[in-house]
Amino acid sequence: MVTPRQAAAAVVDPELRVLTIEELGILRDVRVDGERVTVTITPTYTGCPAMDVIRADVQQAVRAAGYSDVAVETVFAPAWTTDWISDAGRAKLAAAGIAPPHRAGPVRLSLTVRCPRCGSPDTEQLSRFGSTACKALWRCRACAEPFDHVKAL
Amino acid sequence: MNGVDRLLRLGDDALIAAQRLAEWHASSPEMEEDVALANIALDQLGAARLFLTYAGESLGKDEDALAYLRDDREFRNCLLVELPNGDFAVTMAKLLFLSAYQLPLYTALAARPDERLAAIAAKARKESAYHLDHGSQWTIRLGDGTEESHRRMQDAVDQIWPYTHELTAGEVSRTDWLANVEPVLDEATLARPADDGWAPDGGRSGVHTEHLSCLLAEMQVVHRAYPGARW
Ligand SMILES: [Zn+2]
Repeated sequence: MVTPRQAAAAVVDPELRVLTIEELGILRDVRVDGERVTVTITPTYTGCPAMDVIRADVQQAVRAAGYSDVAVETVFAPAWTTDWISDAGRAKLAAAGIAPPHRAGPVRLSLTVRCPRCGSPDTEQLSRFGSTACKALWRCRACAEPFDHVKAL
Repeated sequence: MNGVDRLLRLGDDALIAAQRLAEWHASSPEMEEDVALANIALDQLGAARLFLTYAGESLGKDEDALAYLRDDREFRNCLLVELPNGDFAVTMAKLLFLSAYQLPLYTALAARPDERLAAIAAKARKESAYHLDHGSQWTIRLGDGTEESHRRMQDAVDQIWPYTHELTAGEVSRTDWLANVEPVLDEATLARPADDGWAPDGGRSGVHTEHLSCLLAEMQVVHRAYPGARW
């Protein structure tokens, strides 16, 4: 028996496919009132184009667990930051070759980002804006590989 | 200014800025910049949708009706965002000046008692900080670059400067705005234009430049030709 919470938590983020929405920190609440399940999520960025897909995926996952009356609500407070990404999520990002964000604090662009492939700190930012709103494009000077970095927000 | 007017100003600034930035798509000076400007446009569009949806609830209209079915006189955006992109330096001057305004504005709104507005502003503020950083870095790179890039960046600053008075005629003080802009111009070795010159306005009351009409014609044509069409 899968609970609505477990079903929603297992939904994979469509843009960071190695993370579930729970590990990414955008699943805020799952409430059951009688027959009705209300799932609350929050966007990473206001214009995140993946929100519609995430809503549909959550609907489908909770229905598949046997609950037909599902509502997905969106909240903006407290605002998502990269600090909401769990430690397990960070480890998964690194394992997938995506450099995880630094913890906490204001945006410090001077901090070095380690290469997720060889671990070298000798890296450079190619572009602050990457393949999706939440990522920047970096390159390792040691192994010459480009890589994505989830930028601190 | 009532709550709906404020939401329309916020939403229209973001919407028109997004539409202008999107024009760079596939024609930026380098591929990374293409992605960057598209991302900034997406941030602005995301904020615009939230502000306009909120405004529309008081007006009995949805976000699409507000974006696609209003005429130019009904838009409340500042003139700066509707100005043409010009060369890349003009686009960066516009980005720097707009984000130097949106950042303190969103910061102030995030502390307001209207919880819904405060939550949107708190979210958008984090994105604005990136926009300001991007505009600043390019302004410095071009201003403190070659003779040609310096000349173009100075021309861009001089050209857009008059339109910044409209930004600081309301909730953001000139002092707070300058605090974000002056250090960047200094580092870019650019001269700060005087503040006693021409100061066009009218955007907040719906009196726009002709550029907005052309922009709206392109943005609204599909929706108006095929009412109710969906992707
Ligand atoms: Zn490496």
